[in-house]
This record gives sequence, structure tokens and C-alpha cells, in this order.
Amino acid sequence: MLAGAVALSILLSLILYAVMGGADFGGGIWDLLATGPRAEAQREAISKAIAPIWEANHVWLILVVVVLFTGFPTAFATMMTALNIPVTVMIFGLVLRGSAFLFRKYDPQLGATRHRWGAAFGMASFSTPFFQGVILGALASGRIRVTNGLVTTGYLAGWLTPFALVCGVFALGLFAFLAASYLTLDTKGEAVLQNDFRLRAIWSGLFLGPAAGAVFLTAAQGAPQLFHGLTRWWAPWLLVATSLCAAGAFAALWWRRFVLARVAAVGQVTLILVGFCLAQYPNLVTPDVTVTNAGAPPATLRLLVLALATGSVILLPSLAILFRLFKAGRPKTAA
Amino acid sequence: MDDFFFARSLMAMSLAFHIVFAALGIGMPLLMVLAEGTYLRTRKPVYLELAKRWAKGTAVLFGVGAVSGTVLSFELGLLWPGFMRNAGAIIGMPFSLEGFAFFTEAIFIGVYLYGRSRLSPLLHWLAGVVVAISGILSGIFVVTANAWMNAPAGFKFANGKFTEIDPVAAMLNPASLHEVLHMTLAAFVATGFAVAAVHAFFLLQNPRSVFHRSALVLALAVGCISIPLQIVSGDVSARAVGHLQPAKLAAMEALYRTQAGAPLLIGGNPDDATLTTGYALRIPQGLSLLLASDPGVRVTGLEEFPRGDWPNVRLVHWSFDLMVLSGFGMLAVACWAGGLFWRQGPLSDHPGFLRALVAAGPLGFVAIEAGWVVTEVGRQPWIIYNVMRTGDAVTPMPGIAIPFAAFTVLYVFLAFVVFRLLRRQFLETATDLTVSTSD
Ligand code: HDD
Ligand code: HEM
Ligand code: HEM
Repeated sequence: MLAGAVALSILLSLILYAVMGGADFGGGIWDLLATGPRAEAQREAISKAIAPIWEANHVWLILVVVVLFTGFPTAFATMMTALNIPVTVMIFGLVLRGSAFLFRKYDPQLGATRHRWGAAFGMASFSTPFFQGVILGALASGRIRVTNGLVTTGYLAGWLTPFALVCGVFALGLFAFLAASYLTLDTKGEAVLQNDFRLRAIWSGLFLGPAAGAVFLTAAQGAPQLFHGLTRWWAPWLLVATSLCAAGAFAALWWRRFVLARVAAVGQVTLILVGFCLAQYPNLVTPDVTVTNAGAPPATLRLLVLALATGSVILLPSLAILFRLFKAGRPKTAA
Repeated sequence: MDDFFFARSLMAMSLAFHIVFAALGIGMPLLMVLAEGTYLRTRKPVYLELAKRWAKGTAVLFGVGAVSGTVLSFELGLLWPGFMRNAGAIIGMPFSLEGFAFFTEAIFIGVYLYGRSRLSPLLHWLAGVVVAISGILSGIFVVTANAWMNAPAGFKFANGKFTEIDPVAAMLNPASLHEVLHMTLAAFVATGFAVAAVHAFFLLQNPRSVFHRSALVLALAVGCISIPLQIVSGDVSARAVGHLQPAKLAAMEALYRTQAGAPLLIGGNPDDATLTTGYALRIPQGLSLLLASDPGVRVTGLEEFPRGDWPNVRLVHWSFDLMVLSGFGMLAVACWAGGLFWRQGPLSDHPGFLRALVAAGPLGFVAIEAGWVVTEVGRQPWIIYNVMRTGDAVTPMPGIAIPFAAFTVLYVFLAFVVFRLLRRQFLETATDLTVSTSD
């Protein structure tokens, strides 16, 4: 019960990280892919949209990690051992990306150096979400085995499978789609720029269809338990709901209902993650580490749930203030 | 040099990097809030400009602090899975609370940096106050986790199993109070002196700048008020370590032999083979006096502990002396500042004093790094004091030299770039605001 509540809070943080932080990564992807006469204007719009909130968005990941190691310490130890390599690459990209973004923003000198920062920022924006997808895929693969609390399958198991790699590509596409649909709103009033992002959203949305298919197909081999999970009673309903969101996002983008597009895109990402985690439940690292056998002692879990509840009471209103201030579409003035 | 060595080095390097930004993340918001508060009271535009400039620098520092801190949370598991498997449930709590403190800090730093035109001046200032408070709180939480490694509490340990876990008791362990106090003050000392040094440097080149003069006074006030308190709190720490970790204390003081009326040894060359410390400055009975205010008291030497349980005595002793020396160096500068202030009021016109300030600028950070080496290396070979050895906690993963090399290059490069960015910010200031003597 307690462990379930903590797991749920991890899922919630993960979703929030994906829909907020994920869009920041997506912004980086579009930054690197910015082309044409409006490339600079696109970069400027991305930078402006991300700047005030990326610190806060980034903390969701920290929350995932600390709640994971407090609530499920053995699961954390297992993941960090078996997936040492992809996690290390992922955090390396995280540092590079965060700092490159800052430097590009605060380097008062325009020109060449600023461009190089932009490239580093964009490149790390590719590698980090890719490896995040790979890590999630590896956890579901069933190839990481644990005996007596120790990982027995080495450091390459799970994450070098076609399934995990496809998950990585899917995560990239998802974040790119998310960012482009958000940016249509952030560029309100600049019709041409807005249309650039609208088209990007549509293209990346189209890419997601086959990518999702590939995840599903490779899962049969690459993550049999997850695949099995996807055939439970709720799965068709979830699929329908996800498809409705996807179709809704397309329609909204097509007819330029950008607020609706954002809502639908968020719904889509949320449902995908919920589906993944429901199919994965109760495994944390399939098949040996589960919510029940990896949970911290009740004293810790009880306190953690209490802290999470109190924390949200402070956090959510503060976040609301932040977004009210910067995302309400009022005229923008630089700091 | 094996994987264990590289795991320790990677952890130490990441922490040594992070702590600089963490300390500034605690100290800078205080300075910003003071500057902006002064502006709200006096309405002198120079203070508003100051608050803005400091905030801009803080944004860069905060971002680097955030990403390097994220790396640390992962590294705890990547490098020390044996530790986290058992300790996660016990000290995860302060880290989770820290997570919320960060969140508040990150949110309000966004509000503060980008909300100046959208909030009333008072609300904007209050957002800064929230940043300052949550910065202090995050430091406090994470240091209690470290204190637990030094003075573990809140669990029973038998047959390699941790039972009867009580995370609250773990947070309130006997080392928390002195470490928290000492670290928080350290952040104010280091930030105060470093910022004062930067502005002293520009004042030397440009003695008429009102901007740098006002900045200097604020930063110096923070540094000079905290440094005497810090030295008192260092004494509290040393006494506590004497109780809680006598082997660490003996290594700090290079004391091999247990003795009554123990001398205070400063510097010198501790030699584990002969159990002596040659060439040291010796103050008879000094250590007994400092620790117990009683010149005759017995102090435990390293000889009471098995050789395998000794930390690296030279490193710990020299680091300890370096910290104390830096502390007294800053105290001397603070006394000079006090003297000047007492006699003539404004202190920014004395070139000798300004030069001394510039020289003292790095001392706070030197003391912080040295102090952490004392705490961490002095605890060895234990990762959890008297409970778990560091060697039993390390990851089985081979090839740790590779991430060590990669992160070292990355961090050196980042440090270089941050330095350049900040310097450019200040150079810009220097040309912008040279002769605004109107106020
Ligand atoms: C500006 C920084 C600064 C200054 C001037 C000093 N220290 Fe310090 N010291 C630290 C910054 C620091 C630190 C980096 O913040 C540490 C590391 C862990 C901690 O709690 O604080 C530390 C640790 C530390 C410890 C070990 C605590 C432990 O392991 O639990 C002792 C005994 C002292 N200090 C004692 C002193 C004394 C006697 C000082 C007198 C001059 C002094 N410190 C000045
Ligand atoms: C709350 C904060 C901290 C925590 C939880 C922490 C935790 C750890 C851990 C788990 C290790 C590896 C095991 C060991 O060698 O003992 C370590 C080692 C080390 N840490 Fe810390 N640390 C903290 C703060 C710092 C800071 C700020 C520094 C700054 C310089 C530092 C310096 C070191 C060093 C030098 C080592 C290597 C010790 C050795 O192997 O001889 N630590 N720390
Ligand atoms: C004595 C040691 C430490 C102190 C005083 C300290 C303090 C701080 C402070 C004040 C910040 C705010 C960011 C900034 O202003 O730059 C920060 C950031 C961070 N620290 Fe540390 N820290 C310490 C060690 C650690 C350790 C050992 C970990 C993890 C295991 C850690 C994890 C983090 C994380 C995840 C962040 C980013 C938070 C954000 O995004 O705002 N810190 N730290």
C-alpha cells in the first residue's frame, strides 16, 4: 500500500518530467535542426520559452531519483549497477546540455562561440532523451537478473537490445513532438514562426506512429513481460484513449487550435507513460525487483509519503505562480 | 590505481566541484536580497543595479550547481551501490526533503530573475527571500546526510542487516548540529570574501566607482560578521569530532601517542612509521586546552586504533591546518576592516587594504575544500563510520577511469567557461558604471 503510493508518486514525477522537462529537450532538438531563413528566430523563440522554467522542470528528475533511492533503495542500487554505462552517458549529456544552454544565454558576446554552445546544447538534447528511453526499455526487458540482491548479468544486459534502442528513438520523437506543439503557443502573434513549429509538430507526430509500432513489435521479443502486460483488459481502452489524443492533437494543429493541441499532446504523453508503467507493474526491474520486494521499511515509506504530501502543498501553488507569470501569454519582457 | 581508487577520485572530484556552486548558491541569494532591500529602503539606483548584476551571475552559478548536483545524486548509486542499498532507506529522507527545497529554490529563482517587470517591488524582493531561505535549507538537509555517515544513528545493525530504521533519528544524529552550523557559515564566509575581493579588484583600478564601492561594503559586511562566528563554530566542531570520531581527531592533529596534556601540533611532517610528527610548531598542552579547556586532559592518539583503521594522516593533518590558516587569514583581514571602519568610516580608499582583500578572496573556498577533505578523508576507511567500509560499498563496475577522465575534462572546461562568463559580466559593469557619482 505505502510502497504503491510511493511508486505512484514516482510515476507522477516521471510524467511531469516528461511533459515539462521533455519539452525542453525537444526544444534543444529543434534548436539543432533549425534551418532556413528563420533559423535564428526559431532559436530565439526556443530559448525564450525555456529559460525561465527549465531549472524547475529539471528538478522533477531529481525528485524521481531521490524518491526512488529513498523508497526503493535496492532497486536503485540494481539499476545503477546494471545500467551504469547508459546512465553515465545520460548524466554527462545532462551536464553538457544544462551548462551549454546557460552559457549561450549569458554569453554577452554574440557570434561564433555562441553558436558552438548552441551545437553542444542541441547535441546533448539528442543523446539525453535517447538514453532515457533506452534505460526505461532496459528496465522492462527482463534481461537484467538479480540474485541475492546482486546483479548477475553484467553491464551490457538489457539496454543493447533492439527493443531498448527503439524505446530511445521513440522518446526522442515524443519529446520533439511535445516541444513543437508547445512552441506553437509560445510564438503566438508571430504567425510565420508559429507555422514553422506547427509543421514541425505535425511531422514529428507522424513519425511517432511507426515508432510506436516498432516499440510494440520489438516488445514481443525484447520485453515479453511488458508485452504480456499490454494484453491485459485495460490495454485496448488505453490504446483508444491514446489514439484519440493523438488524432485530437493532429486535428487541433491542422486547424490551428493551439491550446487544444497542447492539451492533447500532454494527454498523449501521459497516457503512453501510464500504459508503460501499468504494463510494467509491479516490476521495477523486470522480473526480479518489484515494488513489494524492493520497498524500504515501513517507517521510511510512511515518512516519505508524509513528506511528499506536505511537499506538494507547498510546491504546486508555487509552480502555479511560476507558470501564471511566464506562460500566461502576457507581453514578454526580457530580464 | 584500481577502480576503487578511481571511484573515490570521481566522487571527490564531483563533490569538490559541486560544493563551490553550492556555497555560492547559499551565499549569493543573501547578497542579492541585501542589495535589493537596501534599494527599497534608500531608493539609491546603484543598489538596484547591484542586485541585478549579482542576480545575473547567480543564474549562471545556480544552473551549474543544479546539473552538477544532479550528477551527484546518480553517482551515489553509480559508484556506491553497496552503500545506497542499505543507507538509502535511512538517509534518503533528507535528500528527499532537499529535493523539495531545491524545487522551491528553482521555482522562485525563475520568478526572481524573470519577474522583475511583472511583480511589485516588495513581492519581487520576497521572492528573493524565498530563494535565500530555501538555499540554506537545501544545504542543511544534505549536510545532515553527510553527518549521518560520520555519526550513524537511527537503526540497529547486526549480521550485515540494517533494522529498526528511524529516519528522523538518523537526521538528528549527533554530528548534524555542528556540521550544519559550520557549513552554513562557511558558505557566507566564502561568498562574502570572494565577492568583496572581486569588487576590491575593480576598485583598485577604478577608485571612483560608486557601484563597486557599494558592492564591496555589503559583501565585506557579510564576510566580516560570519568569520569570527565561523571560527567559534570550528572549535565546536573539533570538540564534537573529539567525542564522536577520535581517530579522525587524532589524524587532524597528527597525534600518534595517547597522552595527558597533549600538545597542539601545527604543520610538520607526520610519519606513520615512526609515529612522530617532525618539524611541527608545538604548543605544549595546546590541544588539551582547546578540546576540554583543561591543560591536563588525556587525548586519544592514533596508536589506540588498528593500523587498518587509520585515515591518510598527512592529508588530513595538512588539510586541517590549511583550513585553520585560511580562517585566521580572513579573520585578520576582518579585523583590519573593523579597525579602518572604526577610525574613519569608509574603507574603500585604502589601497593596501584593498590588495589584502583581493588576496583573501579565494581563502573561503580553500577552507571549504580543505574542510571537506578533513571530514571525508578523515572518516576513511569507513563510508559509514564503524559500520560499513568504503571498499565494501564500491560498485563492481570496471573501467571507472573512463568516466573519471571524462568528467574531469568536462568540469575543468566548465570551470574555465564559468570564470570567463563572470569576468565578462563584471568587465561590462566596470565600463558601464564608472563615474555614476550622482548618488
Ligand atoms: C569558510 C570556511 C571554513 C573556515 C574558515 C573553517 N572551516 Fe572548518 N570546515 C569547513 C569550512 C571552514 C567546511 C568545509 O564547511 C567543513 C567540512 C564539513 C563541515 O561540516 O564543515 C569543515 C569541517 C571542519 C571540521 C570537521 C567536522 C567533522 O568532520 O564533523 C572541523 C573539526 C573544523 N572544520 C574545524 C575548524 C576550525 C577549528 C576552524 C578555525 C579556524 C575552521 N574549521 C575554519
Ligand atoms: C553532504 C554531502 C556529502 C556526502 C553525502 C558525501 C558522500 C561521500 C561518499 C559516499 C564518498 C565515497 C566514500 C568514501 O570515500 O567515503 C565520499 C568521499 C569523498 N568526499 Fe564526500 N560527501 C559529501 C560532501 C563532500 C564535499 C562537499 C566534499 C568536497 C570537497 C567531499 C569530499 C570527498 C572526498 C575528498 C572523498 C574521498 C575520500 C577518500 O576516498 O579518501 N565530500 N563522500
Ligand atoms: C555539503 C554538501 C552540499 C551542499 C552544502 C549542497 C548545497 C546545494 C545547494 C545550495 C544547491 C542549490 C543549487 C545552487 O545554488 O547551485 C545544490 C544543488 C544540488 N545539489 Fe547539492 N549540496 C551538497 C552536496 C550534494 C550532494 C552530496 C548531492 C547528491 C547526492 C547533492 C545534490 C544536489 C542536487 C541534485 C542539486 C540540484 C538542485 C536544483 O536543481 O536546484 N548535493 N546543492
